[in-house]
Amino acid sequence: MALRELSSLEKYLGLKKPNKYSTQADKKIPVLQNNNGPPLVGLVTIACHLVKEAKRPNLLGDSAESRAVVHQWLEYRVTKLDGCTKEDIKTILKDLNLYLQDKVYMAGNQFTLADPFMYYGIHPLIVCHLHREIPGTQTCQTVVDLAIQDKEQYVNVTRWFDHIQHYPGIRHHLPPVVVPRNRLYTSKHH
Amino acid sequence: MKLFVSEGNPHCLKVLAALEVTGVQCDVQYVNHEERVVPFLSRPALPALLLPSGLHLFSSNAICRYLFEIGGQDSSERCNQWLEWEATDLQPALLQALHMAVLHGKGSEVSKVLQGPLNYLEQSLSKGNTPYLTGEAVSVADVVLWAALYPVLSDSSLASERASVKAWFDRGAVLHSCESAAQKVLQGKGLQGMKSYMQRQPAPQNSQSRDTQPCNSNPAEGVEDERAVSEEEMEAAALTWSKGLNSCPLATDRQHPILPHEGKRNLLVTSALPYVNNVPHLGNIIGCVLSADVFSRYGRLRGWNMLFVCGTDEYGTATENKAREEGLTPQQICDKYHAIHSSIYKWFQIDFDFFGRTTTEKQTEIAQDIFWRIHKHGFLIEDTVEQLRCENCQRFLADRFVEGICPQCSYPEARGDQCDKCGRLINAVELREPQCKVCRQTPVVRSSKHLFLDLPKLEPQLEQWLDKSTSTGDWTANAKQITRSWLRDGLKPRCITRDLRWGTPVPHPDFKEKVFYVWFDAPIGYLSITANYTDKWEKWWKNPHQVELYNFMAKDNVPFHSVVFPCSLLGAQDNYTLVSHLIATEYLNYEDTKFSKSRGVGVFGDMAKDTGIPSDVWRFYLLYVRPEGQDSAFSWADMALKNNSELLNNLGNFINRAGMFVTKFFEGCVPAMELQQEDKKLLALVGWELQQYIQLMDKVKIRDALRHILNISRHGNQYIQVNEPWKKIKGGDAERQRAGTVTGVSVNIACLLSVMLLPYMPTVSQTIRDQLSAPQSCVNTMLQDTGTFVCSLSAGHRIGTVSPLFQKLEVDQIEALKKRFGGQQTTAQRANSTQLAAVPAAAAEVATVNGVDPEKAKQLTQAVTEQGEKVRALKAQKAEKAMITAEVAKLLDLKKQLALAEGKSSEPAPQKGKRK
Repeated sequence: MALRELSSLEKYLGLKKPNKYSTQADKKIPVLQNNNGPPLVGLVTIACHLVKEAKRPNLLGDSAESRAVVHQWLEYRVTKLDGCTKEDIKTILKDLNLYLQDKVYMAGNQFTLADPFMYYGIHPLIVCHLHREIPGTQTCQTVVDLAIQDKEQYVNVTRWFDHIQHYPGIRHHLPPVVVPRNRLYTSKHH
Repeated sequence: MKLFVSEGNPHCLKVLAALEVTGVQCDVQYVNHEERVVPFLSRPALPALLLPSGLHLFSSNAICRYLFEIGGQDSSERCNQWLEWEATDLQPALLQALHMAVLHGKGSEVSKVLQGPLNYLEQSLSKGNTPYLTGEAVSVADVVLWAALYPVLSDSSLASERASVKAWFDRGAVLHSCESAAQKVLQGKGLQGMKSYMQRQPAPQNSQSRDTQPCNSNPAEGVEDERAVSEEEMEAAALTWSKGLNSCPLATDRQHPILPHEGKRNLLVTSALPYVNNVPHLGNIIGCVLSADVFSRYGRLRGWNMLFVCGTDEYGTATENKAREEGLTPQQICDKYHAIHSSIYKWFQIDFDFFGRTTTEKQTEIAQDIFWRIHKHGFLIEDTVEQLRCENCQRFLADRFVEGICPQCSYPEARGDQCDKCGRLINAVELREPQCKVCRQTPVVRSSKHLFLDLPKLEPQLEQWLDKSTSTGDWTANAKQITRSWLRDGLKPRCITRDLRWGTPVPHPDFKEKVFYVWFDAPIGYLSITANYTDKWEKWWKNPHQVELYNFMAKDNVPFHSVVFPCSLLGAQDNYTLVSHLIATEYLNYEDTKFSKSRGVGVFGDMAKDTGIPSDVWRFYLLYVRPEGQDSAFSWADMALKNNSELLNNLGNFINRAGMFVTKFFEGCVPAMELQQEDKKLLALVGWELQQYIQLMDKVKIRDALRHILNISRHGNQYIQVNEPWKKIKGGDAERQRAGTVTGVSVNIACLLSVMLLPYMPTVSQTIRDQLSAPQSCVNTMLQDTGTFVCSLSAGHRIGTVSPLFQKLEVDQIEALKKRFGGQQTTAQRANSTQLAAVPAAAAEVATVNGVDPEKAKQLTQAVTEQGEKVRALKAQKAEKAMITAEVAKLLDLKKQLALAEGKSSEPAPQKGKRK
């Protein structure tokens, strides 16, 4: 997963030459052999390195404050989202939903590395927890439908999620999650 | 800008130290641990920094980083790496260490838990050869790590064992700031200063549970991390691939009788003998026969010499009881139910070499022989037991044959072993006014002589053997643990005789008219069943040097197989083959409740086929949720989900596509394959999954191994997706060639999958090979040694007709099944569904056997409704009280009859005991 994610990120950043990664220990921590020094270890570290390599420093935030916020969410992703239990998922979604209430992106009004990074981390939770049914055609792609109630409950998270998965060049290795667009209640009932 | 901290919170140490080191000006406010400072987080998170923009930072590392940055020090890549390591590796270990030390007083555990991270730190520091983590000057990484480790390093000798860590830790520049921060947070109380904080934290997950799949307990969910594949692995995989199929002779059909062979691995596989008078439910099936079947099929593929025996356990009180209820002889009951069991297992495709029964001549012969041997070697003790005897029926009454008044609560219908009203356990002789359940006469107390197996005397031998068997064999963790707890509590002599008729007669003249207690008798069934299969049964059972014995069971059966039965065999001293590998499952629940025949909850063996879901899919799902290591649950919705996502969209989809491409693009002939790096990489990935599968199956981790099959088809789907052969086939020569390679490799993976699936889904496995016209020799090639994924369908091979393997399970179909087996269904629905399902003869018999009678239930429902209306009408008319009472009594009686006809207990369902 981590490696696939890094290669998606490389594609998004438009890095021409793909890097070669290996993994370390049981937890499969990614490692990047670096020509200029000792190897880089860890998903966040390598992702930040790729951003620098691509000369897109703004993706890590354009002020001290936004850099801190971006880093906070990168850390949140690898410490809280990865390896979370089923019970945690609801809390996480609830918190994020509240957080995203007045934000377009994770760090406010600007797209940063925190967005794809959190998206990659949230995707399995949504697939694991919120989807209802997978249409069973023997076709090529697994499509995940988001249950409409969940969409209503986590409206800000799903809005952000849908936005990021349609952001050019982000989704790559993950199946799309279909966010239903029709409303649960029509205006007549209100 | 404002910093919120709480006393005793180790994370606050970091930010206070960073504040000191950087000299940044900031208000600090001390708050309660529970204070919710960050508005969007539902759990309190401290420390927290309120930024000038109004945003909150709630990660201590992000706060430190920020303080350093506004203090003029950007963090380097090295710094980031240390901060990430601190958050993902060090913190979980620290949390666990602090939890142990502060809350459990186990300071000694700290060094063990922190060993890994500290060694890593030591290595990095000594290799880097700089005073600080990232160079010559203090960075945010030093402060964060220093403050994180301060509580444990200052309190113990951990640092002194590691020279570089110690030098770094003692370096003054950070030390002063951290110590002053520590004073503020811990108030000089050391580790104990954190107690109130630690108490509020959730218990840390230990490292084991961190490695398990997140979010759920399902093995196949959560896409696997992609392994990095080395050049060597790719070349090795390509070499294996080119080897082609085994030229060695095909595995011939089994020649019965199967006997041990010198120089082969001879495995004797048993699954716990199902008790004859019950229809097995899904939990029984997965725990015993299905697990053993998968392992036996796998063993045969591995080329081991396997014998798989099982049979029905037929003697005992319960059979006598049932016979009386049905007006049949015990033998007739056994014949009838033995046939039911056989047909259920046949439907589930359980491939026994022999499925026997315990009521045979051989059983008597072997059980009596073992008895005399134990007797001869002095491992039996005589003792007298007081029992009730019915003079009218001329027999001693088993506990369940007596009813009387409960000595505790005076409930008039207490049973001989337990009172249904107060739930207390009763000794039958204590019942007031006891009655024989059969003739209603009053039994008398008589003492009766019985024989006991002297387990205490056998204990030393047993322990010696157990030490060896559990250390060299594959015993599941629960099997070892249950056995240990039995031994720890000390063994007591165990009665082996009963005053019954339906059993193996005790041959000793002083104990005439007694039979062996089932627990002594039943496991001997394994031997007698084998003896009914072959006269040379002793080659299996008295041959511990050549034979490895695998026992499969659910955990409730463990003590009988690990302690009691081995004691019988050890006491008999006749060189018996004792269990080498004891494989016990946990329990399978039904939709988060228990399977219950009496309440009609759950799916029973005979009903599975009426669902219209193929036997292979049942097998797949049961094995997918096999309670391996922990209890699991059968759930209809989950079954549909797994069928639709794993079987249909993943596995079936891949195999179907691979075959369809051959048919559509290459006229049904496997195209030529020119392997490129990418293909070799896939071969290596698939080869690795195959190796994992074999390693796990060798250790009987059936459910875990299944994950690797599904991983292979996932790899395959991805490979097809990336290479798009359906587009390339329309391109130039090079592209068409590429489409050919991808298709050829894919269809060969499909062939490998069919072999790996064989133990799990035998029919589907065969269907795949039929569709691909795969040579039979692929079956015994791929699972040799550590796994050999060879090209078994070479260029030019013509495949057969390809068609989809699985069908979607629709939501309404599943909802209907869930209703039908849920237990709370109304009588009308129940009667209805039974009729609709066209229950086969066997199942219908079972239904009436248990007093369940759908037709009668239907009539009774009608009667209850009418009577109910009558009562309501009388009440509405304000009729005489006596009249109403009489009618109400009638109604209650009708309801009771209805409950019986429905197979429910007429008493309200007993409260479930506390669950573990």
